[in-house]
Parts: sequence; structure tokens; C-alpha cells
Amino acid sequence: MGMTSPSRRSLRAVSNGVLLLVGVAFALPLVWLVLASVDERATLAIKLPDAVSLQNFVEVMTPEKAFVPLMNSFILSAGCAVITVVVAVLAAYPLSRYRMRVNKPFLYGVLFGTCLPITAMMVPVYSLFVAFNLIDSMAGTILFLAATSLPMAIYMTKSFMDSVPVTLEEAAWMDGASMMSTLTRIVVPLMRPGLAVVFIFVFIGAWGNFFVPFVLLLSPEKLPAAVSIFAFFGQYGSVAYGQLAAFSLVYSVPVIALYVLVSRALGGSSALAGAVKG
Amino acid sequence: MTALAPVRPGADSGRGDAPRPERPRVRRRRSLVRSLPLLPAVVLLGVFLLGPVISSFVGSFTDASLTGASAQGSSFVGFRNYVELFADPDFPKSVLLTLVFLVASAIVGQNVLGLGLALLMRSSSIVARGVVGTFVVTAWVLPEIVASFAAYAFFNDTGTLNTMLAAVGVEGTNWLYATPMLAVILANIWRGTAFSMLVYSAALHDVPTEITESAEVDGARGWQRLAFITVPMIRRSISTNLMLTTLQTLSVFTLIFVMTGGGPGTDSSTLPVLAYQEAFQFGKLGFGTAIATILLLVGALFSIVYLRALKPEVD
Repeated sequence: MGMTSPSRRSLRAVSNGVLLLVGVAFALPLVWLVLASVDERATLAIKLPDAVSLQNFVEVMTPEKAFVPLMNSFILSAGCAVITVVVAVLAAYPLSRYRMRVNKPFLYGVLFGTCLPITAMMVPVYSLFVAFNLIDSMAGTILFLAATSLPMAIYMTKSFMDSVPVTLEEAAWMDGASMMSTLTRIVVPLMRPGLAVVFIFVFIGAWGNFFVPFVLLLSPEKLPAAVSIFAFFGQYGSVAYGQLAAFSLVYSVPVIALYVLVSRALGGSSALAGAVKG
Repeated sequence: MTALAPVRPGADSGRGDAPRPERPRVRRRRSLVRSLPLLPAVVLLGVFLLGPVISSFVGSFTDASLTGASAQGSSFVGFRNYVELFADPDFPKSVLLTLVFLVASAIVGQNVLGLGLALLMRSSSIVARGVVGTFVVTAWVLPEIVASFAAYAFFNDTGTLNTMLAAVGVEGTNWLYATPMLAVILANIWRGTAFSMLVYSAALHDVPTEITESAEVDGARGWQRLAFITVPMIRRSISTNLMLTTLQTLSVFTLIFVMTGGGPGTDSSTLPVLAYQEAFQFGKLGFGTAIATILLLVGALFSIVYLRALKPEVD
């Protein structure tokens, strides 16, 4: 743009200025997190550490403080994501390939499910889990997390599946392949990238979820990192801000890495506009 | 919470079956076999989503509580939970707080700031766009508990905000106690604006430049082009986004729970926080369930309006 007019250039300068101001405001809480994590004497305010040290990370990276909770987070998120993707693929196939009378009510139900305020229903979910004796059960928590992420996953999977051409399947049908073998041998391999996206979105959502495991799990050895960070804050929070920040960063990095991976795969931020938020 | 992936219409379904006359019983059995893969999804959604919704409605009419005599068998009490709920001064207050929270942080805050950022990013340099976009999106991608702690530290009495104010000679207050609603509203704007920004960036990207350019040639000023051309052209995105951010903000719990715990007292207890407090801290499960039921109804109402307005490409 060599021929920009003066008014346009001044517009650009103003835009940059305002934008950077907003950017600084958004950055401050994040900068605190990073600076506090490498500061042995961190406070709640942003300050440059006297000496950069990794002592906070060393203190936190013990089996009971970090490794067990992170492992639990992984079990919950991976379990939830595997179940969700398998069930979503199964459901998306007839929805995408056949014109059936149940399609429309089912898809409306699914869309309705994506809008349900899940946090609003944690109290009745708790009573239901008490009635089924599922409180403090990892399996029960995984199934509930899977059910809450399923509506969005079905919708995403169906739209990915709609873009897989049907010609190859028709050839397989001609050769007498059943619905299930067509699905597992032809459709699923063709939509692997799309399924990876769905898997990662579900995983990110479950990894970041605090309220569901907070209500449904009790035993300290079963708690995922989200809840153990909260407990840590209650126990040592008033003194060990540095450790809290360090633990938070260790817990956040996988999610941010996965997000970057997906946004690269989908080609920029615009594709993510319609994506899930956990 | 969740949003809808933009789905292209006309991915023609039903490519599997050729229209040829068949006996009805064969057709019925075939459609039964074909809908079989839906079964796991139906079971999972039925047990873990529909189940709690139904038990919420039923439970809100019982005297279930967490401890004590009525913990084992609960009995039907009619509308007593609701009558008590509306008589309790905390409930109308919480409804009001929830409305303030929704309007200020979602409808005004996130949407206006998100649209503003998306507009500014079109006329700024690539570097500024990249840096600012990264920070805004990071606040959104962070796990909610971490974002809540970062916001807690920022607004704390000894936190970043007061330290910065002190540096320019202004004495800040204890934001989390003196103005808890303001603190959680600003924190929710910080946390959620990225979503609106991404939606509006995508929408603005689709506005053809010829139209705004021809308006510019006709002498329309910047704000006129925005108000009379850009905004009307992206109104579909605006209404969708308003709906989605409202639904997401309606279910915000962790942010408020960590920052203020609903306090001081119940001065920042929005409905999800109040439901939690009543059920788990005061042991009044029936009370909490009644609040949950009302929230579900409100959420359902919003969803129906949203689905009718959007008319998604279901078929």
C-alpha cells in the first residue's frame, strides 16, 4: 500500500495506539503469571524478580503436588475425548448419509444440548450421581464429561463427514460391504484430520473443566489438576504465590500447545470463530 | 460454553438410498438398522443430560437436603421451594446481579469490545494485530481456574491494579470487597472477549470492500460507514454472537467462585453461584435444585429463541 492517503496513515497510527493499549491491559494478568512463577518471593502484584529461579517449579513438580493430579487430568480428558469421538462418529454417520425421519428431531435436540448451561445443572447432576452411587467415580465423571461435550462433537463431526465425498463408499456398497465396515475402513480414515480437531477440542474442554470434577470427585488421589490447584490455593495460597503460578503454567501449557496446533491446522483464527470453548 | 461451527448447507444427505418402491415393512426394518449407530449417543445424552434435567424438575418439588433426616427419603412438597425462594431476599438480588452481569460483561462488554478490536485490527499494522490478538486469545484459551487466579491476583488489594494505581499516585480500593461486581464483570470481559473478536473478525472479513469503498467515495464518514453499512451487513453475526455470549456468561461459575466466592455475603452471587452455595454450603439441596431449574428454563428459552432466529441447516 504505497499510495495511502495521510488520513489513512493517521487512522493506522490511532488504531495501533488504541490496540496496543487494550493489548497491555489484556496482557497484565498473564505477565504476572509468568513473572511470579520464576520469582521465589512473588507477591500478587507484577514485579520483576530479584533473581530468576526455577525453584518454584522444582517445589511443585513432586508426585503428590503435580504428577498425580496431571495424570488424573489426562485420564479424565483422554477418556472423555475417546468416548466422545467414537460415539459422535457413530451418530454422525447415519445423520450424514441417510435421510431418516429421526434426523431432524435428533439434530434439533443436539443443537439444544449445545446451548444447555451445564454449570446451572450441577446441583441436580450431583443428586443424580448420589442416587446412582457414582459420586467419586472416575468412570462416572468421564461419562458425564463425554455427554456434555457430545452435542458439539456430533455437530462438528457431521459437518466434517458431510464434506467427505460419498463415491468411495458407493463402490464399497457395490462390493457388499456393511455399513460398519464402510464407516471404519473408508470414512474414518478419510476424515482423520477432522476427527483430530474434534478430539483436541473435547480434550481441551475436559482438561480445563473445574466445576464438574470439583462437584463429582472427592478423594484427593482422584482429583485432576484443576481442582488440586484450587485446593493448593486454599492450603498454601496465601504464602506460595510463586508455586501457584508455576503449577498453573505447567497445567496450562498442554492446552495452549494443543490450541496452537489446531488453529494452525484449521488455517488461522477465523476458522476458530465457530469452535468450542470449554 | 459452546458455539456452532458454521455448517455449509446442502451437503446433500440421503445419497445412500435411491427412491425405489419397497414394501413398508422392509423399509421400516432398514431404517431401524440404519438408525442403530445413534443408540450410544441417545443413551449417553439421555442418561447424563436429559436425566439431570428431569431430576431437576422433579427434585425442585421435594424437600431433599444434603444431611439430616430428609437425606434418605425425600417427600413431595409442591411449590414450597419456589415460594421460599421468592421470599428469600437473596434470590431476587441474585437475579438482579445475574442480569447486571449478563448485560455489562456479555452484551455490552464482550460484544462492543470484541467488535471494536475486530474493527481496529483491520486498520492496524500486522505486528500490533498479532501481538494484541495473541494476548486476547490467550486469556480465553487458558483453563478457567488459571484465568480466575490471574484475575484474582490482578484485582486483589495488594495486586497489580492497586500497585499500578499507587505508582501514579492514586489510592485504589479493595476491589474484590468494595466493588465485587465490577471486578468480576471486568474479569469476564477480559476472559471472554476473544470469542466475540474472532466471530466479528470473520464476519468483517466477509463484508465486500467495494460497498464500503463506494460509500467512502460518496462522502460517508467513518462512523457513518460503520453504523449504516458495516453493522447492518454483519447483523446476523451480531445476533448469533449476542445469543452465544449471553448463554456462555449465564453459566459462568468458576471465575466468580474463585475471585469473590460470591461475597462479600451474597453481593456477587449470580444464580449459578447461589445455587452452589444453597445446595452445598447451606445444605439446602431442594433450594439449589429450584434455582438450577429456573436457570435451565432461562437457558432453554434463550436456546429456543436462538434456534428459531438462526434456523440452522438441520436438513
